[in-house]
Amino acid sequence: MKLALLAIAADPLQLPNLVPFMIFTVIKMIVVFTVTLVGVALLTLAERKVSAWIQDRHGPNRVGPGGLLQPAADGLKNIMKEETYPDAAYKPIFILAPMLAFIPALLTFAVIPFASPISTRWGRVDMVVADLPIGFLYILALTSLGVYGIVLAGWSSNNKYSLLGGLRSSAQMVSYEISMGLSTVAVLLVAGNVSLNEIIIQQATTVWNFFGLTIAFFIFLVAAFAETNRLPFDLPEAESELIAGYHTEYSAMKFSMFFIAEYSNMVTASALIATLFFGGWDIPFTLWDNQAPWTIWKTLATAAAFSVKVLFFLFFYMWVRWTLPRFRYDQLMSLGWKFMLPTSLVYVIVMAALLLWLDWLGIRPGAMWGAILGGVNAMLAAILFVMLDHGKLISPASSRAQADRLTRLRAMGVRTALSPDSIH
Amino acid sequence: MAIGVKVLDRPTDQVSYVRALLSGMALTFKHMIDPHKVTVQYPEEKWPISPRWRGTHRMLTDETGKSKCVACGLCPQICPANCIKLVPGEDEEGNRYPLIYEIDEFRCIFCGYCQEVCPEEAIHVGRHYENSEYSRAGFVYDLERLTAQTHPVCEMWDPADPKGE
Repeated sequence: MKLALLAIAADPLQLPNLVPFMIFTVIKMIVVFTVTLVGVALLTLAERKVSAWIQDRHGPNRVGPGGLLQPAADGLKNIMKEETYPDAAYKPIFILAPMLAFIPALLTFAVIPFASPISTRWGRVDMVVADLPIGFLYILALTSLGVYGIVLAGWSSNNKYSLLGGLRSSAQMVSYEISMGLSTVAVLLVAGNVSLNEIIIQQATTVWNFFGLTIAFFIFLVAAFAETNRLPFDLPEAESELIAGYHTEYSAMKFSMFFIAEYSNMVTASALIATLFFGGWDIPFTLWDNQAPWTIWKTLATAAAFSVKVLFFLFFYMWVRWTLPRFRYDQLMSLGWKFMLPTSLVYVIVMAALLLWLDWLGIRPGAMWGAILGGVNAMLAAILFVMLDHGKLISPASSRAQADRLTRLRAMGVRTALSPDSIH
Repeated sequence: MAIGVKVLDRPTDQVSYVRALLSGMALTFKHMIDPHKVTVQYPEEKWPISPRWRGTHRMLTDETGKSKCVACGLCPQICPANCIKLVPGEDEEGNRYPLIYEIDEFRCIFCGYCQEVCPEEAIHVGRHYENSEYSRAGFVYDLERLTAQTHPVCEMWDPADPKGE
């Protein structure tokens, strides 16, 4: 392994023709940036439409055909509105925070491959803005940065609700980042590489990680919801408890910025789920899209496949949001630490053992290998869900306390009331 | 108990949300694809309003187009909100008519007493509710404006036929 890493490092960089490389990179940057931001604008509309349909309403339908220009109207409104600054806020950070929330979300997208490469006369051009050999580590590093925007917004607002929102956000991030990282260890084990393009190729040639690593997928999915602060884990925002959480004091475009950040985070998380577990730009049941010759049509077809996967997960995000109520804080923590962390740890060990065993048996990655992996995972997932269903892992949202616990609490209350320390 | 209150038997133990989650997701999805929506597209579609709806006033006129009002002074007398201003006048033949008849729609509480008390069935509250203005003064309707209204008027409640059959 060490040798392999050294080999990568020592590989003399094949300097491509600099000018075409720059031009292609700029074009890709512009395309990705535009598509993401327009997508984010349309997602706000989609969110409102989906919420409306789920609640038997029509949703916004007045601005433009079918309400299509609603995001433009919202944007215009937010630009025209007054920017307010609370007296007690610490201004430099107050202004910086929305940017800090927004930038990592966009930066993350840079390493996600969104289509198959194109052959040009200057060589093969990968459809990814920055084809980092350590793509996945970059993502892990950047997704953790997103929380700074929220924490700093909460702190600099100098408002108790905002601060609570920021604190919750940081606690949530710490708890779920671990499970998220551990769940992806299995993906890296299977792929043997941290470059996202390699991970996609591996899935295309064997089996999608959703089938090969089902439990890792579920853990990653839940952690991704927590990381993007979406319901049922939107505790930093929690309208019913914290007014608007970390963005209580924000107005106009800065407020809007947090929403753009949230939706770009959603896009990135969906793209990541699609890339890591659903084969990225791979078109299922076919092999022609994964091999040379690389043409523009192939690129378009794979880009379409990728978009469909991403859009499905974006829809899933909204669907979940308008179905589930918010978790209570202790439920969130117990799910993260008591269930997801141990599960992902055990899962990494099980998968590592399984892969070693398969290797020892001499079964190379391929159809047979994928079938074994899929079979074992289907079994493990079934066991896990039956256990979840019977083990009753989450404490009820609202219930009478158990009698013994109540007595204990009362005894504790009596003790503190009587102790001299409590008199101040 | 008159009202059927659904008392949920809440669990005391730890519970699993796996099945509840799946059925919830199925329910929301079913509603999402259900084409039946409850929204009324307001300016284009409107709910029918009750025949006894008491809204914007309307002064009825006789065949000659003059208002039926004889300036008897009963409506400003009965009006609990004191929103009707009436200055009576008399023509050469001794017929009384209103010189000034103004209703402040902002002060009006739409009780409909003016319609009930009117001996000539001149002033009515109407089945109409869209009356926005750009100024507060615009809500003081004078006689000309009251007679110009065209909306249907409120049907009085008949004690002999309380259900309106």
